[in-house]
Amino acid sequence: MSLIVDKINYTYEIGTGFERHALKDVSLAIEDGEFVGLIGHTGSGKSTLIQHFNGLVKATSGTIYYNGQDIYDKDYNMKDLRSKVGLVFQYPEHQLFETDIFKDVCFGPKNLGLSKKDVELRAFEALRMVGIPEELFYQSPFDLSGGQKRRVAIAGVLAMKPEVLILDEPTAGLDPKGRDEILDCVKKLHEEMGITVILVSHSMEDVANYVDRIIVMNDGVLTYDDTPKNIFTHYRELEAIGLAAPQVTYIMNDLKQAGINVDTTAITVEEAKESVLRAVRKGM
Amino acid sequence: MIRDITIGQYYQTKSVIHDLDPRVKLMGTLVFIISLFLGKNVWLYLGATAFLAMVIGLSRVPLKFIIKGLRAVVVLILFSTVFNLFLTEGEVVLTIWKLQITKEGIYTAAFMVVRLMYLIVGSSLMTFTTTPNHLTDGLEKGLGFLKIIKVPVHEIAMMMSIALRFIPILIEETDKIMKAQMARGADFDNGGLIKKAKAMVPILVPLIISAFRRANELAMAMEARCYHGSEGRTKMKPLKYKKNDYIAYIVMFAYLAGMIAIKVLRPGMI
Repeated sequence: MSLIVDKINYTYEIGTGFERHALKDVSLAIEDGEFVGLIGHTGSGKSTLIQHFNGLVKATSGTIYYNGQDIYDKDYNMKDLRSKVGLVFQYPEHQLFETDIFKDVCFGPKNLGLSKKDVELRAFEALRMVGIPEELFYQSPFDLSGGQKRRVAIAGVLAMKPEVLILDEPTAGLDPKGRDEILDCVKKLHEEMGITVILVSHSMEDVANYVDRIIVMNDGVLTYDDTPKNIFTHYRELEAIGLAAPQVTYIMNDLKQAGINVDTTAITVEEAKESVLRAVRKGM
Repeated sequence: MIRDITIGQYYQTKSVIHDLDPRVKLMGTLVFIISLFLGKNVWLYLGATAFLAMVIGLSRVPLKFIIKGLRAVVVLILFSTVFNLFLTEGEVVLTIWKLQITKEGIYTAAFMVVRLMYLIVGSSLMTFTTTPNHLTDGLEKGLGFLKIIKVPVHEIAMMMSIALRFIPILIEETDKIMKAQMARGADFDNGGLIKKAKAMVPILVPLIISAFRRANELAMAMEARCYHGSEGRTKMKPLKYKKNDYIAYIVMFAYLAGMIAIKVLRPGMI
């Protein structure tokens, strides 16, 4: 099943003189089990777009179908949608409010009206999934490190057992170690649980290593929607809209121009290494 | 929805009113408020309407935007209308069951509605045309004489400007936290009073924590830049009266004098 976005437009603050057209005719389809990166510069509309996916923001025009159902239908169950499409906001640790971690993670499933036993089971599973050790379960969320807090907040959404997990800048403000922890944890969720993941970021570097499809937003318009390899061939155009391809792309393109026959579509450092070695061996 | 509140907002545009010294605008607002309380007389209100219309015209703030700000106080206005209409004694015009509407009641109600609306429009015009920073600058300088009796004018002005600065930030934060909790299935619209109050906890706790965090960070940033109160502190843009400011003062006091003249010459209601 899938999420289909059909020509949505969204305008902020209509009729106040501060109008801003945040999304312009955006259409896309996300299939089950995909790992998608959504990339754009600050103010490109990416955060607004994902808030449409679980119905927090209603499009000014156009519509969204989840599993074939129009989510703007009058009798559509929004609460159900929000449990299926889990949205983790930027700095999600700022939404923690309970006295201990476990209770906080219980908040989501409790809102779904499950029994106490089910709620606790789900919270337990979710915390385990994000790698929070059991001895921390009954501590105050404010005693944790930044990366841990964020993982707890992600668990808070995971406990609702979403089919699609959307993360808005999950690595913002974290150190490299915290960043890798979060991204690896997301990757694991995608691989082991088969959850569809949409990763929102402004950093190509972060996204390139994990996703199999990249959507680029610029000024409210969906500019590119392709595999990372194809996207990065447009690295000059990406620069023009304030984004950058991974550093590897630049090195490979420079090498190619210098006359060394390398594969410019390499994305990871590993691939680049292979390609360079091959080219050098051939040359010798 | 939460962004619909326009009272206290700044409306950015270029106009004569925007360029006035904040002290003039503060004084002008005060004069206007005083003039509204001079009495219940049609001519006085016509005078106030003319003055207000002139300032709105000069300020270039769209009327639609100003009227939107009134929506927040509709309930208050309705209350005052109903109470004045039914509870004023005098010449009875209409009787509904046990309630009596009097001629005086109708007049008072009408005057009160206009007065309330003008009060709000008048004072929000000041905030529409003055940035919070300018406003507190004006207050600080305008009330500077209080320093003689050891009132910490600068500190109060600084607290005010910080408080004002934080209102939009906290509103945005509330919006964000609400959305985040809604994404976790929280429901703020349904249920009884107690359930609704309980649903506020997941918003209020993070909001208060974030307010403290921000206050802490701000204090740190201010200290890092050697802020230590008013002593020896100079301004980058000191307030100075210009030609327009003097003209504005003249217009303002001419208006007040005119209003007082009306009050003396036509004492009745009409």
